[in-house]
Amino acid sequence: MAIVQEATDGATRKRFRRAKSELGPLERKNGRYGWIFISPWLIGFFLFYLLPMAASAFFSMLDFQLSVPDEATFIGADNWRRALFNDPNVWRSWVVTLRFAVINLPLGLAVAFGFALLLNSEYLRGKNLFRTLFYAPSVVPFIAATLIFSQVLNSQSGWVNRIIALFGVDAVGIDGIRWFDDPTLIPITFTFIGIWGVGNAILINLAGLQGVPSSLYESAAIDGAGWWRRMWNITIPMVSPVIFYNLVLGLVGLLQYFLQPFVLNGTTGYPEGATSFYMIYFYKQAFQFAQMGYGATLAWILFFVALAFTVVTFGTARYWVYYSGDSA
Amino acid sequence: MKPMVTRREPTAFDEATARLKRRRLLRQWAVTIVALALASVWLMPLLYAGVTSLKTRTQAVDSPILPTEIAVYDYEGREYEVYEVPVDGTVETWALVNKGRESSEFVDPNNPDAGLIAWEGRWRTLEPARSISFAWGNYPEAWEKINFPRLLGWTLFYATITLIGAVSSSALVAYGFARFKFRARGVLFMVLMATIILPPAVTQVPSYAFFSWIGWTGTWLPLIVPQFFANAYNVFLLRQYFLTIPNEMEQAAAVDGAGPLKTFVAVILPQAIPAMTAVSLFHFFFAWNDFFGPLIYLVSNRDLQPISVGLTLFNGVYDTEPQLIMAASFITLVIPLVIFFFAQRIFIQGIVITGVDK
Repeated sequence: MAIVQEATDGATRKRFRRAKSELGPLERKNGRYGWIFISPWLIGFFLFYLLPMAASAFFSMLDFQLSVPDEATFIGADNWRRALFNDPNVWRSWVVTLRFAVINLPLGLAVAFGFALLLNSEYLRGKNLFRTLFYAPSVVPFIAATLIFSQVLNSQSGWVNRIIALFGVDAVGIDGIRWFDDPTLIPITFTFIGIWGVGNAILINLAGLQGVPSSLYESAAIDGAGWWRRMWNITIPMVSPVIFYNLVLGLVGLLQYFLQPFVLNGTTGYPEGATSFYMIYFYKQAFQFAQMGYGATLAWILFFVALAFTVVTFGTARYWVYYSGDSA
Repeated sequence: MKPMVTRREPTAFDEATARLKRRRLLRQWAVTIVALALASVWLMPLLYAGVTSLKTRTQAVDSPILPTEIAVYDYEGREYEVYEVPVDGTVETWALVNKGRESSEFVDPNNPDAGLIAWEGRWRTLEPARSISFAWGNYPEAWEKINFPRLLGWTLFYATITLIGAVSSSALVAYGFARFKFRARGVLFMVLMATIILPPAVTQVPSYAFFSWIGWTGTWLPLIVPQFFANAYNVFLLRQYFLTIPNEMEQAAAVDGAGPLKTFVAVILPQAIPAMTAVSLFHFFFAWNDFFGPLIYLVSNRDLQPISVGLTLFNGVYDTEPQLIMAASFITLVIPLVIFFFAQRIFIQGIVITGVDK
């Protein structure tokens, strides 16, 4: 990972610089230009990240209704207490969100990996064409994809149920498979929509597969290793950094899942709260009810949950992610 | 080089090679057929959207696979439905003029001068003849009802102006990280990369309060201005590319007396066109998709909404007209799809760089 590498680079460079003790005048000037070049980001980071984050932390201790800003009052930890202990919607929306993530994430990773394996197969003809076809849905704007799926999966007129019906299942109609009305099906329904846009992960996986040295497979073949063995002992470990990358980004993205449920059901949570994802609840509190204080608190809870998951994921990385470049 | 042709009996080795070849061919067929089957399932929703967008409202709800109508025939000033009538072992397509319980009168559209033909049998058992008809009118209807030119205009405006801002600022920052040594560079770069996993929600509430305070809500400003301060994805991708450009050219430029900014514009940027194009494409797609920001800032101002928000509201209002929603979705996805097909190579390379090098 470049992030990790960069960190170690920075450390060694610092040590090296101290040993040299003094920067030449040219280098110092050079460094000044570095600051000038990165200044757009530095300013933006201060204005649009640090400052709002500090403000957000302060907001979370206020009772602050945007329509009456003058009546904002300091209430200490009340928002936090409410969110963590007294607001069942918070927990419910986390259950909805995490249940969805648990279903969507492994399926998404597996489908992306499977497609990449197929595209990397030495037996596949017309690779470029298939790569384009499998990627194409990923450039369909999310809003259009969501609306299309809301109709393809329509219990009455959608083709998916019609196709399932061909296999003798009574899928069509009121008593059929109701993808958008059955709370237990909702996570699967949304997973379909999500998996349609898995193109980036396919491409990254594919690049990972292409990067596995063929010498590894050759020596495994000499040792008589079969397909499964090669898959488990060579392919998966070699592309594990790619899977890790997709996992981290996928996880962080899923915790903030918003567009699809919002487009289909607004903030109603239909059916039976099954689409009350955490971001939907956050949107409702912060922007529909204009509760700046409670909204900020909910945002910080999202931050800590995302942070916890990221830290845990990075923590497990050394047990299953293989970096061939790691000599240390 | 042609192998020498000699007459000899096929050896065991030849047979084994032939068998291997056959097996290879068989596997190629099998894998390619699997891929074809997957691709058709994969693209089925697009086909569905295309077909539905060309149906009438009744067809979209009743949903025959294709947009078909019961054919009608105009006979002496009145319209009659056309049926498939079995006559003497063949099937004729005749228009039903006079309905009767046990026998009916038809007219042959190909030979109307022959007049009415009596047919013995129950007309209710007959299949109506269907003809495919595409309701192209859905497109202009959706286009107008949703006020597409306005949505499209704002989306393009947003995409273009933030593309300029985000790409140019990110290029500067990326160059700064790629080429200059300064204190805390490693730490700063890590901070920048960490913003990728920072949920935007954390900054959104106070930003919203602030923009509302200075009167920017209901305008595009809160969505455009922050884009001019670089972002982690773009910086990462451009930096990776800048690192591959050899140093010598910059040194030569420096010897000629060009300052760093001039060197960057005159030497580096022209060489980084592929990476700049990739980043621009990504930004364009991001802007086309951007939803949460436009939603919170523009939900109250219908006149300024982009496609993503406009289509959501349209979906809420016209949910009984699926064919219009599909037509609108189709118009929305055509532009990105066309861009993708033309710029595929650059696009795919860019994704691979961000994903694999990290």
